Amino acid sequence: MKALSILKYQWKDLFRGKWIIGYGLIYLLMADAMIRFGGTGSKALLSIANIMLLLIPLVGMIYGALYLYQSREFTELLLAQPLDRKTLFWGLFGGLAAPLALAFTLGVGLPMTYFGLFVSTSIRSIILILVLGNLLTVLFTGLGFWLGLRFFEDRIKGLGFALVGWLFLAVIYDGLVLLAIFLLGDYPIEEPMLAMAMLNPIDLARITVLLEFDIQALMGYTGAVFNRFFGSMMGISVAAGCLMIWLGVPLWRSMRLFNKKDF
Amino acid sequence: MIKIKGLRKRFGLLTVLDDIDLEIPAGRATGIVGPNGSGKTTAIKTMLGLVKPNAGDIIIDGESIKNRWDYRRKIGYMPQIARYPENMTVRELFNFIKEVRNAEKTNQEELIRYFGIESELDKRMRTLSGGNRQKVGAVLAMMFDPEILIFDEPTAGLDPHASVQFKKRVHREKEAGKTILLTTHIMSEIEELADYLIFIVEGNIRYHGPMQELIEKQKEQRLEGAVAKMMEEEAA
Repeated sequence: MKALSILKYQWKDLFRGKWIIGYGLIYLLMADAMIRFGGTGSKALLSIANIMLLLIPLVGMIYGALYLYQSREFTELLLAQPLDRKTLFWGLFGGLAAPLALAFTLGVGLPMTYFGLFVSTSIRSIILILVLGNLLTVLFTGLGFWLGLRFFEDRIKGLGFALVGWLFLAVIYDGLVLLAIFLLGDYPIEEPMLAMAMLNPIDLARITVLLEFDIQALMGYTGAVFNRFFGSMMGISVAAGCLMIWLGVPLWRSMRLFNKKDF
Repeated sequence: MIKIKGLRKRFGLLTVLDDIDLEIPAGRATGIVGPNGSGKTTAIKTMLGLVKPNAGDIIIDGESIKNRWDYRRKIGYMPQIARYPENMTVRELFNFIKEVRNAEKTNQEELIRYFGIESELDKRMRTLSGGNRQKVGAVLAMMFDPEILIFDEPTAGLDPHASVQFKKRVHREKEAGKTILLTTHIMSEIEELADYLIFIVEGNIRYHGPMQELIEKQKEQRLEGAVAKMMEEEAA
């Protein structure tokens, strides 16, 4: 109940801050342009997915940390009230993750609706993209929250780690994987590669997208391995399990930090 | 009645509260004094559960506050540096806290009039002056009519008129049987408002008891002299 009233006020505050509207607009413009110029087929969807895979982790992580620093007053005010820290934590987290997810969903969903993508493309692909986007939003906001709490007194460090973390997961990690393929191409490295992809939530999401749009063929033999593995019941459950761990562990750690924290 | 038992708090290597034992009597006003950085604010924040102690316990009305939150219903707190969500208007802030505390009846209107902030109600917190923020803090602390009132340097940012108004109000609350705890550097304020005095230096209690006794003991006319003498003795 109380978590809800906290959430409500945060929503008001966020929307008044306007940047969240800007964030939604970015998706709106981007999706609109992609569909306008790329046609209403799966090509546009794929482009949207590619941008989403970069943008969501960046914004989620940076803003997750930044938000904690910004709402320090709010947190301190509420901590002196008859309120459970757990309730406050979920109120704060939900108050950020939910608007971010909504901005993404609306920003991407609106152009899809008015261009009639729901008719021209497979509903399954659209839903997959929307679900993945929301999942990544919650996941990376949670990671950002954890960094923000871990470095609560030192914003520069918190934001720095958020940025470096994003850079690593979104860009450098792929480079390392490519490098490994390049250097060790003569060895049977498909399975270690699978494991490496599993360790990175962005990669997991990317592979899901690739498989859905049937372009894993572009990835040659590795693609075939992915396809065989992720296509199986086992593959899906392992991938889903990995995502859940990525989702759960930072949030669990954040809550513990928040519970023990001195304000 | 607030009982503090063996309270310890360290921030890294720095011991802020060193094995504090205290009893803060109910229905009285107690002033906490001490040099800067002596642990006054930390002691208050521990009572509110904002800071978690390394050892010891605080018992309010016979119940330990460890891992509890409901007891804060009994407390109104006015922080030293009043920081509030910047984008909220004053009215929204009041309504919000009301909602969080699940309170229907408050003396919000009366307090707003008392402190003269009617014209500020629709302004954003960010545009408020320091003094008006303090007033908002005072209203928030008292609007739910709690049994315990905690003020951390309440008059620091207030103009003389507001300061007098505030003290009058605290006096009234005291007459009404509230337990009041306040920290300040202005000794005359403690003289005016408090019956009991707690003197903290570097996380240790150096004096705790009726204010009058201290003044007599130090053979001074006024509290300021008595406390200054005590600080000198500390330094020596």
